[in-house]
Amino acid sequence: MSEVPDTPALPEPDEARIGVDSWVAESDRRRAQRRGPLGLVARGWESSPDSVKLLVFIAFASTLPFWLNEGDLFSFGLFTLIYATLGLGLNVVVGWAGLLDLGYVAFYGIGAYGYALVSSPQYGIHWPAEAAIPAVMAATALLGLLLGFSARRLQGDYLAIVTLFFLQAFLAFTGTANPTVAGVGLTGGPNGIPNVDPLKFFGYELNSTKQQYFFLLGVLAVVAAAFYLANLSRTGRAWRALRDDPLAAEAMSMPVDRLKQLAFVIGAATAGLCGAIFAAIEGAVVSTDFTVSVLITIYAVVILGGLGSIAGVILGAVVINVSSQFLAPQNDHPEIKRWLFYGTVLLLVVLAVKPWYRAMVSLLGAVAFGFAVHAIVAAHAAPSWTSGVAVDAGSASTAKDIAGWVVIPVGHGNFDTLAYIAMVVALISVRNLSGWWRTVALIPTLYLTAVVWENLLAPNPAVTALILFGAMLVILMTSRPQGLLGKPRVEVV
Amino acid sequence: MADPLLELAGVSKAFGGLVVIDDLDLVVGEREIVSVIGPNGAGKTTLFNLITGIYPPDAGEIRLDGESLVGLPPYKITRRGAARTFQTLRLFLNMSVLENVMASQYGRTKAGILQAMVRTPRMRREEREIRAQAQEKLGFFGERLVGYRWNQPAYSLSYANRRRLEIARAMATEPRILLLDEPAAGMNPVETHEITELIGELRDEGGYTILVIEHDMHVVEGISDRVVALDHGVKIAEGTFEAVATDPRVVEAYLGASATARK
Repeated sequence: MSEVPDTPALPEPDEARIGVDSWVAESDRRRAQRRGPLGLVARGWESSPDSVKLLVFIAFASTLPFWLNEGDLFSFGLFTLIYATLGLGLNVVVGWAGLLDLGYVAFYGIGAYGYALVSSPQYGIHWPAEAAIPAVMAATALLGLLLGFSARRLQGDYLAIVTLFFLQAFLAFTGTANPTVAGVGLTGGPNGIPNVDPLKFFGYELNSTKQQYFFLLGVLAVVAAAFYLANLSRTGRAWRALRDDPLAAEAMSMPVDRLKQLAFVIGAATAGLCGAIFAAIEGAVVSTDFTVSVLITIYAVVILGGLGSIAGVILGAVVINVSSQFLAPQNDHPEIKRWLFYGTVLLLVVLAVKPWYRAMVSLLGAVAFGFAVHAIVAAHAAPSWTSGVAVDAGSASTAKDIAGWVVIPVGHGNFDTLAYIAMVVALISVRNLSGWWRTVALIPTLYLTAVVWENLLAPNPAVTALILFGAMLVILMTSRPQGLLGKPRVEVV
Repeated sequence: MADPLLELAGVSKAFGGLVVIDDLDLVVGEREIVSVIGPNGAGKTTLFNLITGIYPPDAGEIRLDGESLVGLPPYKITRRGAARTFQTLRLFLNMSVLENVMASQYGRTKAGILQAMVRTPRMRREEREIRAQAQEKLGFFGERLVGYRWNQPAYSLSYANRRRLEIARAMATEPRILLLDEPAAGMNPVETHEITELIGELRDEGGYTILVIEHDMHVVEGISDRVVALDHGVKIAEGTFEAVATDPRVVEAYLGASATARK
């Protein structure tokens, strides 16, 4: 008689485990699937605590002064830090408490003017920074408390309008009204307040950009850590709760009005702090530094990075400031914006066109198409059609190489504008085609894009910066509405 | 009846010309389960909104444990010990399950934002208590809301689990009376049976007094010490389930006048 083999009972592979639905049960496996060095980095980054992430960022940021020159450190380094800190303050108000505060920049301005009034020859008062900055923060916090009263009664758009009015009133007051106090115009009108003292703590003056940079980096680190911890506390939870449902938050023992005001106060004090530092670093305060366009930039930082995410806001500040500095009409690296442009186009094609060989066909096709078009134009049209040179190419040989591929005519009127219109039409048709038709249509479209860049956009940097900036934001927000590091939100399910 | 915990005396509320609650008297005793029934538009949810301070009553007095609640903002009423759930489910959808239950402990904790920013020992201790309390309240629902569920966003929960989470969230405010607005709405028969048993456990093990609005008569029959029937804001019957369910005025309110006439 044969023995029945004693087989251990194996669990069925797809047996349901109690309390674990299939998605959750699969999540470990899905995570393990990402192999190779990239997967290792991704897993390491995911599993490391946020304090480590912040330290990594600070460590990297502190190397900047050693390989950037003074001018670059100022425009790329310092301003990124100011935008990041400003963004963190705005994130408390908009990202966590969900209050659409369009007056935020006014607090930034008030901080700057406040510092200038107590630390400049304007009234001959020269407070040291250790006194001026806390005083400025206290003043902006108080104003935030007052403006926060409007948040008690108003919601959404209505609050936005009132706070925007506050910003405009601030601009009118500082730029135009300029009341005379003690024989001197209080805010200096359109000229602002010049000769603001540099930051001076306990007799130690921060003069060089490098010193100011390290100081600001410290400020950013402290603010980020403080807000991170605040977010994990009962106050942070209450803010996020009232953003989701203020009525339920109130019914669950949270004093919604007071919490909203607290968010306003904290945002205002942070903006005031940034304003004071900004005034000291710039050495002058003018009301045009606090206009709606600055407000839009800070909102772009927060939204692009991801509302509610501290790491996202810092990343958003880096992306926004670095790209806008490169695109700025006056900057020391005009050649870089071309490679940013071509790089972005390349990246978009590689990421958006699937499978990969279709992307290759489009890209290589566009290169070949360009040479062919250029050769035909050179052979059959007047020499003026190909006699142009690429603008801001860095070196003469690069300029010549580009002009050998892209048709750059000289003196042919509206060619650039017509090319632009053709490009838009081509983009729209590509969008509406599919399969191989799209791949083929992409070839002339890409080439047209290059033509438009070389003929129209590169020679007009001021306009180009705005167009590219807008395009970048639109593309990012359509593909990732929650921002780079934000979590997707649901409103009603 | 045990000592009265919640007392309403002569409470009225009108929206414009529409009288929603008319001179209502209601008493809920300590550790009692009282059901409020009535057809749609009878004023049941308005009654809850009046007790929790979402609207002030036009007239009358509402007392919890002898102290008046009239004129207090909702968050203070919840701190006094009356926590509610919502008929339409109002969770903090973008927060995790655990955070939902942690957030509602705001009123019974103290650490300020500056303490949180420097993480004082007291703040950390309080935070541990909040977390433990939240886990304990979620544990009340067995396997449903524990373990990996803690860190899932509330929007990923099923309808029945959302109802459970709302109850857990209300429990975490440490109320003396729980106001449950249709806890069995939208649940299947098995889940409805579960919620019936759960409400009994809430009283027997949790020690809560419970005022519940419910349409499902099996649930009402299963849980109620006493039933109050409302129609057009007026109390039309009160007593045991059997007495109220067979009361001709209640039958009329639900089925119309001809139903009673035919009897």
